[in-house]
Amino acid sequence: MSRQDEDERSRVSDSQNKPNTDVTDAVIEVRGVHYAIGDRPIFDGLDLTVKRGLITAVMGPSGTGKTTLLRLITGEIYAGRGRVAVFGRDIGALTTRELYATRRRMGVLFQNGALLTDLNVYENVAFPVREHTDLPEPLIHKLVLTKLEAVGLRGAAELMPAELSGGMARRVALARAIVTDPEILIYDEPFVGLDPISLGVILRLVKQMNDALKITSVVVSHDVHEVATIADYSYLLSEGKVVASGTPAELASSESATVRQFMTGGAEGPVRFHYPAPDYAEQLMEVSR
Amino acid sequence: MSDGARVGVLELVRKTGETGIFFVRLLAACVPALGRPRLIIAQIYNAGARSLIIIMLSGLFTGMVLGLQFYDVLNRFGATAALGTAVALALLKELGPVLTALLFAGRAGTALTSEIGLMRATDQLTAMDVMAVDPIRHVAAPRFLGGLIAVPLLTAIFTVVGLFGAQLIGVQFLGVDHGIFWSQAQSAVALKDVTEGVVKSVVFGTVVSLIAVNEGYHSEPTAEGIGRATTRTVVASSVMILLLDYVLTAVFL
Repeated sequence: MSRQDEDERSRVSDSQNKPNTDVTDAVIEVRGVHYAIGDRPIFDGLDLTVKRGLITAVMGPSGTGKTTLLRLITGEIYAGRGRVAVFGRDIGALTTRELYATRRRMGVLFQNGALLTDLNVYENVAFPVREHTDLPEPLIHKLVLTKLEAVGLRGAAELMPAELSGGMARRVALARAIVTDPEILIYDEPFVGLDPISLGVILRLVKQMNDALKITSVVVSHDVHEVATIADYSYLLSEGKVVASGTPAELASSESATVRQFMTGGAEGPVRFHYPAPDYAEQLMEVSR
Repeated sequence: MSDGARVGVLELVRKTGETGIFFVRLLAACVPALGRPRLIIAQIYNAGARSLIIIMLSGLFTGMVLGLQFYDVLNRFGATAALGTAVALALLKELGPVLTALLFAGRAGTALTSEIGLMRATDQLTAMDVMAVDPIRHVAAPRFLGGLIAVPLLTAIFTVVGLFGAQLIGVQFLGVDHGIFWSQAQSAVALKDVTEGVVKSVVFGTVVSLIAVNEGYHSEPTAEGIGRATTRTVVASSVMILLLDYVLTAVFL
């Protein structure tokens, strides 16, 4: 099949089923990924697609490997089996130079911010620009202040990371993640620990960047309701696989017991709240004996 | 061989291999790192300048003790005029490089390990890597080069202050002639002796900095893990310094 035919088929598919997981505009493709830590399997044939220009949410209970998925996408770790492709290239087959070139097109917001503690806020945001470009200092200054203004921390430019609250640190990290205008932005639990005002600002910022700059966003989060307000498409992970996917509205109206348990926060259901353990009563009796 | 001993040997081989591979990567990263002299100067300041007080104080007291001990021994043979020679050679060839390296491992080596370990634990190294900035080039190489440059400089300072301390005791308090002390020291010290001291300090600086940076870089990202890595830095550095001191002394004799 010619490239033109493929493109045509993709366009038809897109128009028929929007939003969807068709691979035409796929920026990130995860296909049949198996990954284990020691003997403990994390992913057992994981499949998902992140489409260009959309906000894709990855949700799931703790320990389902959401952060591990991000590490697979950024090439920090490699799948045991299967394929993780970013911008159409198998991340596991890239040389170090190619991997770094790919990473320069991504921005990652770490759960704890991961700010460089020996640099102040301004220098932290300027860091990737200084490392990857030869831009003149006045331009870097404008760039950094623009991003800090966007996250509401222009006034904190001279503070050191140790002087920031957790929420402020995450906002600085967000400014750093967007300062190089990446094509993909990956957020690892971006809403944890934010006060309501910061939460609202960050939510709007994620949405605005996605809309205005056409950045592809991957949001890993537990915050179902916050994510639902901005996500175009969501995946729900459990037991190493995608157990449900769709638009936030589709997930909200899903009849699946797993989806309902997760969306309503129920302790009882297919997703175990308790870590596997011996019988409770028996164990208590053992102690009393 | 028992199972415990076999595991110990395997772990030693694994650790040696890991350190060797890291050393090669570090050397490769040192070339681009040299293009960023500001980062290296900052590390020379952190590891070197901040160790100055402990080095100078230790050098002074070491020299003073040497002055007392050598005077006591030489006095038994009526050879106190050789005090300058004995102190100068002992400091230049042995005590200067060895004690400076041991002190550097305790003061700066542990700081390097815990700093890099904490960067690992707080995802700073991962963040750099994900930002397409090689943490070995940006974090490890400047610290390695900083240590490598700082140790010979600190050794020189230790030796000079030590000589001053010995002179203070020998000449000012015990009555050895000032002119004889310095002329004996100057005439007895050959270029070969200075070279031995310089080579030892460079080798010790390389080994201590490598161990400190490697332990920090590969530390387990927990409070316990960083603590263990810091301890390993001191223990491994101390053993390697004394072992290599013997080897280098045997080579130079």
